[in-house]
Amino acid sequence: MSITIIITIVTLSLLALLSAVILYFIASKFKVYEDPRIDEVQAVLPAANCGGCGFAGCRNFAEALVKAETFEGLNCPVGGAPVMAEAARILGKEAVAVEPTVAVLLCNGSPEFRPHNTKYDGVPDCRIAHSLYLGETDCSYGCLGYGDCERACTFDALHMNPVTGLPEIIDDKCTACGACVKACPRHLLELRKKAKKDRKIYVACQNCDKGGPARRACKVACIACNKCFNVCKFEAITIANNLAYIDSYKCTFCRKCVTECPTGSILEINFPPRKAKTEAEPEGAAVKP
Amino acid sequence: MSNLLNVSPSPHVYGKETTRKLMLGVIIALVPALFASVFYFGYGAIIVTAVSVLSCVAFEYLIQRFVFRRQITINDFSAVVTGLLLAFNVPSNLPVFIIIIGAFVSIAIAKMTFGGLGNNPFNPALVGRVFMLISFPVQMTSWPVPKGFATGYLDAVTGATPLAIVKEGLKNGEPIQQLLAQIPTPARMFLGNMGGSMGEVAAAALILGGIYLLWKKIITWHVPVSVIGSIVIFTSILWLVNPEKNMDPVFHLLAGGVLLGAIFMATDYVTSPMNPRAMIIYGCGIGILTVIIRVWGAYPEGVSFAILIMNAFVPLMNAYIKPKRFGEVVKNG
Amino acid sequence: MKTFPKGGVHPPESKLTAGCPTEVLPLPKSVVIPVSQHIGAPANVIVSKGESVRTGQAIAEGKGFVSAFIHSSVSGKVSKIDTIIDTTGYRQTAVFIDVEGDEWIESIDRSEEIVTGISLSQEEIVKKCSASGIVGMGGATFPSHVKLTVPAGKKCDVLIINGVECEPYLTSDHRLMLERGEEVLIGTTILMKALNVTRALVGIESNKKDAIEHMTRLASAFQGITVCPLKVKYPQGAEKQLIRALIKREVPSGKLPLDVNSVVHNVGTAFAVYEAVQKNKPLFERIVTVTGKSLARPGNYLVRTGTPVSRLIEAAGGLPEDTGKILSGGPMMGKALANTEVPVVKGTSGIVVLPKSDSSRSKAGPCIRCARCVSVCPIGLEPYLLMTLSEKGLFEKAEQERITDCMECGSCSFECPASRPLLDYIRLGKSTVIRMARERVTKK
Repeated sequence: MSITIIITIVTLSLLALLSAVILYFIASKFKVYEDPRIDEVQAVLPAANCGGCGFAGCRNFAEALVKAETFEGLNCPVGGAPVMAEAARILGKEAVAVEPTVAVLLCNGSPEFRPHNTKYDGVPDCRIAHSLYLGETDCSYGCLGYGDCERACTFDALHMNPVTGLPEIIDDKCTACGACVKACPRHLLELRKKAKKDRKIYVACQNCDKGGPARRACKVACIACNKCFNVCKFEAITIANNLAYIDSYKCTFCRKCVTECPTGSILEINFPPRKAKTEAEPEGAAVKP
Repeated sequence: MSNLLNVSPSPHVYGKETTRKLMLGVIIALVPALFASVFYFGYGAIIVTAVSVLSCVAFEYLIQRFVFRRQITINDFSAVVTGLLLAFNVPSNLPVFIIIIGAFVSIAIAKMTFGGLGNNPFNPALVGRVFMLISFPVQMTSWPVPKGFATGYLDAVTGATPLAIVKEGLKNGEPIQQLLAQIPTPARMFLGNMGGSMGEVAAAALILGGIYLLWKKIITWHVPVSVIGSIVIFTSILWLVNPEKNMDPVFHLLAGGVLLGAIFMATDYVTSPMNPRAMIIYGCGIGILTVIIRVWGAYPEGVSFAILIMNAFVPLMNAYIKPKRFGEVVKNG
Repeated sequence: MKTFPKGGVHPPESKLTAGCPTEVLPLPKSVVIPVSQHIGAPANVIVSKGESVRTGQAIAEGKGFVSAFIHSSVSGKVSKIDTIIDTTGYRQTAVFIDVEGDEWIESIDRSEEIVTGISLSQEEIVKKCSASGIVGMGGATFPSHVKLTVPAGKKCDVLIINGVECEPYLTSDHRLMLERGEEVLIGTTILMKALNVTRALVGIESNKKDAIEHMTRLASAFQGITVCPLKVKYPQGAEKQLIRALIKREVPSGKLPLDVNSVVHNVGTAFAVYEAVQKNKPLFERIVTVTGKSLARPGNYLVRTGTPVSRLIEAAGGLPEDTGKILSGGPMMGKALANTEVPVVKGTSGIVVLPKSDSSRSKAGPCIRCARCVSVCPIGLEPYLLMTLSEKGLFEKAEQERITDCMECGSCSFECPASRPLLDYIRLGKSTVIRMARERVTKK
């Protein structure tokens, strides 16, 4: 009996030893050298793996930061300046200041402005509806409302409003990772410069049709009438493809274009109410608190 | 209801089959076997079946209601099928508490932990059955002797299954002729008049159910035929090589759960492969493993274990065995 | 009876209009003719606002090789050139014409007489098809002259004429074969000459017994044309499935019928070719089946392109109260229309009106892995897997699983007991994979 136990112990120990030796050699043969700073940099990154930096995940971004000569063009939109400064400190490089941005929906076509004339009965997925037809309304450029952006958002910053059928962005939570921008098949989300008190002025329309069809499809469509372009003193507004566009880096928030817009497609958000003046408030501006 | 036109991607017409109808079909196909077991084992069979089905449905409801907090889908009848199959795999004198434990394991552990219908890797009824077999070996292997309606529930006279008689006999070195005298004749076995699990005894009723399933196109022939075929071929070889030590293929086919397994358990949609090629390999695997367990293993019966083992290979088979593609590039020369 | 071996389904045939002779639809007050009625580049408009046009006059010319001419289907004045929502579901450029009388261009032979002798040479036939704007009439609308041009190094030894019409409801090809059988066969002979083949097979499904008999009787007078009855099975009208069923050749994945030395044309195309070559008549009208169980007078109509769908539905007894969906094409592969002002185009084989009760999808349940989608897929793909892969965004894996071989026949969605939107996601995956592949090519 005791001899069996001894044999068992000896064979198993030898087996263990052999395996340990094999493992040791394999481990040393396949050892990959990694810059220890990659781990350090990764530790300060937000670990959201959202891909907002343009890399597959935080580790890839950390590798890129370590390899990079300068931080030019490398930015973690989620962590923002503090994280980049910390990474710069670890690597002994200069942080490049990048202005924070926030996602904005360039459509204001709630059913009240853009009546539905068909009922989509397929999978509630914007990409599928987009490849099928122009959508439940007559506008083939506007928001379809099936929430691809909501599903893409990993920061809980974007939610569909069941009344308007449009996504709403919570500015405080939005990290400008750009996931929703990529998810939208109609390219209706834009990362715009974040301003004081989350103020925004933008053209909430992407309808490239001419004025007539655009207006027929949606009451708050941009008809490219040039009025805002003419009133803007700061060259912030450009007109192309039957659409006006306000550059968020040039806009000074003078709010002249908002009052000028005949269709109310230019929205002003988070501004104090204007002094009582008739028709100053465009009808579409009240969508956000 | 709005008056707007519907727009959706094609196709715009749909077939008549629904999950619920398919499950109902399986239930209908199990009815003959249920009648047969009531006929042989009396009202015990009714008690066991009722307890099993009710507790399976109840567990599914409770879990969906209080754990998942999602839509309740017990009306797709999949839990009823699991309950029926679970009952068919146990002796008709099994105490109620064991059945409830088995139903809990089947539904809560084998099915719902993986996400419910469609996501379980192992056949829920078989997981429940094997759990009970291991945990309550005495109760699970005391088979009542079929005495028709006169059979009592818990006080039934018990006897061994033909498979157990053969296994025990061969182990003790008894000659095969002597064993043949102890087991029922093939005709009796075909009709189900022998000891065994409730649903597995009546081959005739199971075959009837199988024909119904094939006629209604609820199952395809691939799995049952390959299971039965491989068992027949394998046991025939063994029998021809040494008829003194091995039973004939007819015995192997009729005794134990081969038919129940081949027709109802192995064909379970969720846990069987997705294409004909893989189905045949899967079926042959079950057949061969069954015979190996029966002839060389510790248990007299191996269908449940064989199916569970092959269940584990299904994801692998789905990943590597592909259906024949149209226009597959055939290399010339 | 012949058929393709793998997969397929048999949806209820519902051929309500098989016995309805074709009626000529009166001219509408105005037509809207989209310039993109075919696969390939949209045609260039060559008329301007206010211009008078005559029936059969070219109003847009093909841009590049894979494109097609568009002809005016009526005589009248061009009122505007604007966009309209067409069967694709999107706005397309279209020519709006107000109808004034019905004055045809002189070159068209309007007599009823059937011209049998073929005077044109091989090249002239192809040129004529191109100039007459002939496209595949089965629904895919691939420009026919492209299919008639056999590239160097390839040869064709058999022409297949597709009279399968496997879609439920539709009967336009069926009626065409019954009423214009001889013209179809002359058209077939012209196509044979253009392709330089001596053998042609006409495949017809056996639910059209009268058409099979009629065509077989007529075909005895034509050399090299055989009519082959086929077992009823969807999607037999798909090019590759039809080739497999008739001549037992499998077109390899990603290849064309020419790679197995065959070419497939629809019976409608054969008829259009006959009219173009023998009668000098460009393609501007076609037979459209207007059908639906709720319609008062379903029927087959000879319709000028550009006629709004609403006119057709009017002719068929008006739009029923409980209409839930209007389809252009058959119910398996057709497109749901967003409104009834959509114009009829060259590829419109039918208008199907579905009542509310038949027009909504059932709620999708979990996949029970019953493998029905795998067994009905005529290509041998695994739809359940492809759906999951594209739902989860694993497009590279979907590409390996050959998602691009899917021809979107819809058999999987039709068959799924859990009503899962298999094809919706597969189509999404397929288009994404094709886009990715194109991006890869342009990057290199």
